[in-house]
Amino acid sequence: MLTVGALTRKEVGARLGGAGLFLRTGPFVSCIRSNSAVVADGLMQMYSAYPVDDTGYADFHLHLRQSTGWRRWFRPQVHFYHDGEAPFEPMPASHGFAMLEWMLNWCVSGSAHAYLIVHAAVVEKNGHALMLPAPPGSGKSTLCAALVSRGWRLLSDELALVGLDDQLVRPLARPVSLKNASISVMKAYAPDAQFTRAAMDTTKGTVAHMKVPDASVARAAEPARLAWVVFPRYQAGAALSLTPIPQARAFMRVAENAFNYSLTGARGFQALGKMMDGGASFDFTYSALDEAIALFDGMSEDRP
Amino acid sequence: MKPSLLLGALRDPGSVRGLGLVQWDLLLRQADRAKLTACLACLFDDAGVSSALPAPVDARLEWARVAMRRHTDAVHFEVKRIQAALAGLGVPVILLKGAAYCAAGLAPARGRLFSDIDIMVPKDRLPDAESALLVHGWVGSAQDEYDERYYRQWMHEIPPMQHMRRQSVIDVHHAILPETARVRPDPARLRAAAVALPGLPGVQTLAPADMVLHSAVHLFYDGEFDNGLRDLFDLHRLLGQFGALPGFWDHLPVRAVEMELARPLLYALRYSARLFGTPVPETTVAALGSAAPNRVLMALMDALLLRGLQPAHASCNDSRSTIARTMLYIRGNWLRMPPVLLARHLFHKAFITKNTSKA
Repeated sequence: MLTVGALTRKEVGARLGGAGLFLRTGPFVSCIRSNSAVVADGLMQMYSAYPVDDTGYADFHLHLRQSTGWRRWFRPQVHFYHDGEAPFEPMPASHGFAMLEWMLNWCVSGSAHAYLIVHAAVVEKNGHALMLPAPPGSGKSTLCAALVSRGWRLLSDELALVGLDDQLVRPLARPVSLKNASISVMKAYAPDAQFTRAAMDTTKGTVAHMKVPDASVARAAEPARLAWVVFPRYQAGAALSLTPIPQARAFMRVAENAFNYSLTGARGFQALGKMMDGGASFDFTYSALDEAIALFDGMSEDRP
Repeated sequence: MKPSLLLGALRDPGSVRGLGLVQWDLLLRQADRAKLTACLACLFDDAGVSSALPAPVDARLEWARVAMRRHTDAVHFEVKRIQAALAGLGVPVILLKGAAYCAAGLAPARGRLFSDIDIMVPKDRLPDAESALLVHGWVGSAQDEYDERYYRQWMHEIPPMQHMRRQSVIDVHHAILPETARVRPDPARLRAAAVALPGLPGVQTLAPADMVLHSAVHLFYDGEFDNGLRDLFDLHRLLGQFGALPGFWDHLPVRAVEMELARPLLYALRYSARLFGTPVPETTVAALGSAAPNRVLMALMDALLLRGLQPAHASCNDSRSTIARTMLYIRGNWLRMPPVLLARHLFHKAFITKNTSKA
């Protein structure tokens, strides 16, 4: 199986500039074209372990075109095209890779309706999946990145794919998106991990991505069953606290974080209900990552 | 122009059996652009080929089926809400286009996704309909004063109304062509022929011939052909279904002449037959003979429409597609407005209105 890492930088550039790099992430294949060095370098760095698909078929067709001509020198921009159409305004060229990540999320959340798609990080250990739904600013990605750097398998950073029929969470492991202060926190916490160069002044502030461990990428076809839904909240100086939430309330909070809960109708409702029945839900407050990880490690060992 | 993969699949769903993944990639991109992916899924189901499709294609079509089921449920629900909101109006509400196909269970409803629900009420009852809808949560969504005046003074509909909570959008019409258009079929005659919908008292659809004429007018009097192929496929499926009704093919041209819509019907029959092989009787075409454009104009329209009706996807364009679409856009507006008014409108849209979401 060909991986991105088996290609040279020149070969990646040639594919991006030609018919496209057919990148497999979880159940999806995306055809990516781009003349941007930021995009090519980001792909080389973050996606080295991911398979390159050579069937010529893709679910999504993305083109990130960086300004040429005089705009190359003056505030260069990157334009995004979804199979020839431009649904978004261009952004500064240095945001190219961050934009690719957002666009991949946008493609999935807007169309892959065979899954209930929840805005949540999902990690797994000992066969038990932990879902962290995402009110922005909650510290979800930081906690997710920390767990992944300490041996938990990453299933998703942003988009949890829940099978409508089997309620299993499908892996869609892609680089973990970190914002602002959490970038330096994670660089200190996981010094061996790889990070992209930060994109400054994006609509979400400063953004950098952390590479997914190869072991998580290798298990991209292995779904997991949900054991816990945890709504995290980072609070400086706070004591660790894990408070059970009644299932009906937790159900509604997960539903609020699902992109296509309404669209999947009765099937989405039933899938979410069954998935929640199989696990327990908590509000979680933390200030120290080590304490948080010790707690979840313990839970994953105690659960049969 | 060589026919698109999409056209081939719509004409003969069974023909996709031999396609390789590279061709599927292109076919689904064309279908996505033409908003016909869910429609393809239905056609493949009906033709019994769904079980033989490559796994990634099957998965993609399933995504579209989920969205389609939800869409169908939502349309039925919204139609009932509209019925309840307008029950006090005292005149029947006529559903148009997609909502009508869906509520009446007609052939084009299968796999058809659309964003707005179109309804028609008598012009003198517009204020009542508007306030009743407002009471039930739909609010006007004109962008600015110019937009408001554009609709109220010149168009055949009021500015779209959007529901505050459900976000559903209703276009309330009082006619099927703008006040400023060169021909203006009398809405009273459309209403007189309208047919009731079982189970939905007070709600009607246009009669079969009028439904075809409206679909034809909508496609061939409009300037934008983004959904051209989908709309032509609607016509093909409507004609296939209504063509089995006794006397339909004799009545259709008579009604078209009566409503001054012979020319758009002629185009509808011509291109539906050309692209989809719709079996149109020669006598029907002959009955429209006097409405046919001269040979030069016909050749020009062929050159424009055979391009404009392709999916708006790069793989379906040739060197003349862009100019063809531009000319069709100008033509569509030309037919809807006298030249001076048109110039004024296009000037306003180009230089004054900032947001040109709906022209």
